Amino acid sequence: MSTGTTKLDVVVSDVVPVNDLVTRFHFRRRDGELLPTFSGGAHVVVEMRDGDRTRLNPYSLMGSPLDTREYTISVRRDDVGRGGSLFMHRQVKPGLEMVISYPVNLFSLDLRARKHLMLAGGIGITPFMAQTAQLAGAGGNFELHYTCRTASLGTYADLLRERYGNRVRLYHDDREERIDLERLLSSQPLGTHLYVCGPAGMINWVRGRAAALGWPPETVHFEHFAAPQPGAPFDVTLAVSGKTIHVGEQQSLLEAIEAAGVDPPYLCRGGVCGQCETNVISYDGKFIHNDHWLSEEDHRSGCKIMPCVSRFEGKSLVLER
Amino acid sequence: MAAKTIISRPIYGTLSPQPGKHHLFIADAEGALAITDMAGKAPSGFFDGAEIVFIPSPESKHIAALEALKPMQLHVAPSFASLLPRLKQTLTNAHMGLRVYLAGTEGLIGQAMQVALEAGIDHTSIETEHRGSLARRMQCVHCKGITENVTTQPATCSHCGLLLLVRDHYSRRLAAFQGVCINAEDRSEIPPIEEAFP
Repeated sequence: MSTGTTKLDVVVSDVVPVNDLVTRFHFRRRDGELLPTFSGGAHVVVEMRDGDRTRLNPYSLMGSPLDTREYTISVRRDDVGRGGSLFMHRQVKPGLEMVISYPVNLFSLDLRARKHLMLAGGIGITPFMAQTAQLAGAGGNFELHYTCRTASLGTYADLLRERYGNRVRLYHDDREERIDLERLLSSQPLGTHLYVCGPAGMINWVRGRAAALGWPPETVHFEHFAAPQPGAPFDVTLAVSGKTIHVGEQQSLLEAIEAAGVDPPYLCRGGVCGQCETNVISYDGKFIHNDHWLSEEDHRSGCKIMPCVSRFEGKSLVLER
Repeated sequence: MAAKTIISRPIYGTLSPQPGKHHLFIADAEGALAITDMAGKAPSGFFDGAEIVFIPSPESKHIAALEALKPMQLHVAPSFASLLPRLKQTLTNAHMGLRVYLAGTEGLIGQAMQVALEAGIDHTSIETEHRGSLARRMQCVHCKGITENVTTQPATCSHCGLLLLVRDHYSRRLAAFQGVCINAEDRSEIPPIEEAFP
């Protein structure tokens, strides 16, 4: 059960290959009405019916929040992932009826900011597509620094340059172009907020440098949907519902709980939002925490787990679920 | 130390050194001691990037103690109003990474925070520590006039003369507590006036 959200019945109105790795999908409501309003940084959870298996993956909305006739997402193909992106790339064609969640924003702009400094890495560009459109429409002050592997994999880089000119700065890994992060973070006017979306390593690097250079935590925003990592299968006892479940190698703990007919709350399914936080009653073994929600103390305590992305190795695990 | 009564009533902490290269301290009177106490916890070299703006009490105490911290700059000012143009200039030229520390009376903390907020700093990013008098800056909700250094409950508006109940309801925007007429029904009714904010 996705907390506080209802589902949207949509139809795929267009599928557009963007480059070798990324494809864009357009959704419209089946009843022809406008889609719900959203703000830049919001995501939807897309339900993928793949045979007897249902995948629920979050994707940032990348269209302009000023246009709710359609939602657009861009999906980077991950050939070694759990299959969600491959399903989107191979199975989803125009005309397919799908179900998506209402938009949820866990990466929203702080509109009190005097300036918005955005750092994107790779496919992490997608929430900034919507945020820049939102800010540009309102005369907002922003600057986007976008790192991509090569020019041909710089998804939407040309479009962003065309729209916003010098407000967009590109860095190409294959040309050894690197952000001078120290200088960038040290030269921003008071009241600037920082937004980072990209690979975990980039987010950690930027957050670490910003903290060391005196940026207060409330001015630093980041989003990284951790895809659930596969791992060794394990068994879990759900104490409240009185069930024992098996978590398969390619399955997340949350998916296994849902497959057993138990309906825990969730929103992002990527270790960010905190909705599916679950108390541990007892355990004998070792947790593999992959979330960005719990504190390090929580991780060490062995009292809590985020079943959307985290796993367990050991003899027994009993959850309050 | 002020107790939390209603949600707008500010609560203050204890100054602690924040990461970063640039630090701006604004303090009055006994607030200097909050800075010298904090200095014991600060990493070496911390004050190399610090500017201290200080409004001493009439006895001019604690100036030498602040000098001894060897800040990059120490500016001693006779009043908050007199340091305002300089403070605004400092904040206009500042960059992200500047951390702000306010210590002393509530009036000083509130007014300095008001200027910092206008410069784009979030109030939760500002370190504060209350030292010294509990005297309040009060806005009369009727005539909008500000009365400084209110120590009694109720208190007389220095502008319109109404007798006001000094509420815990605080405005960060105005840097003042709200004062509401205490005897609007019958002006001849004068409740006892007590020293409430020494």
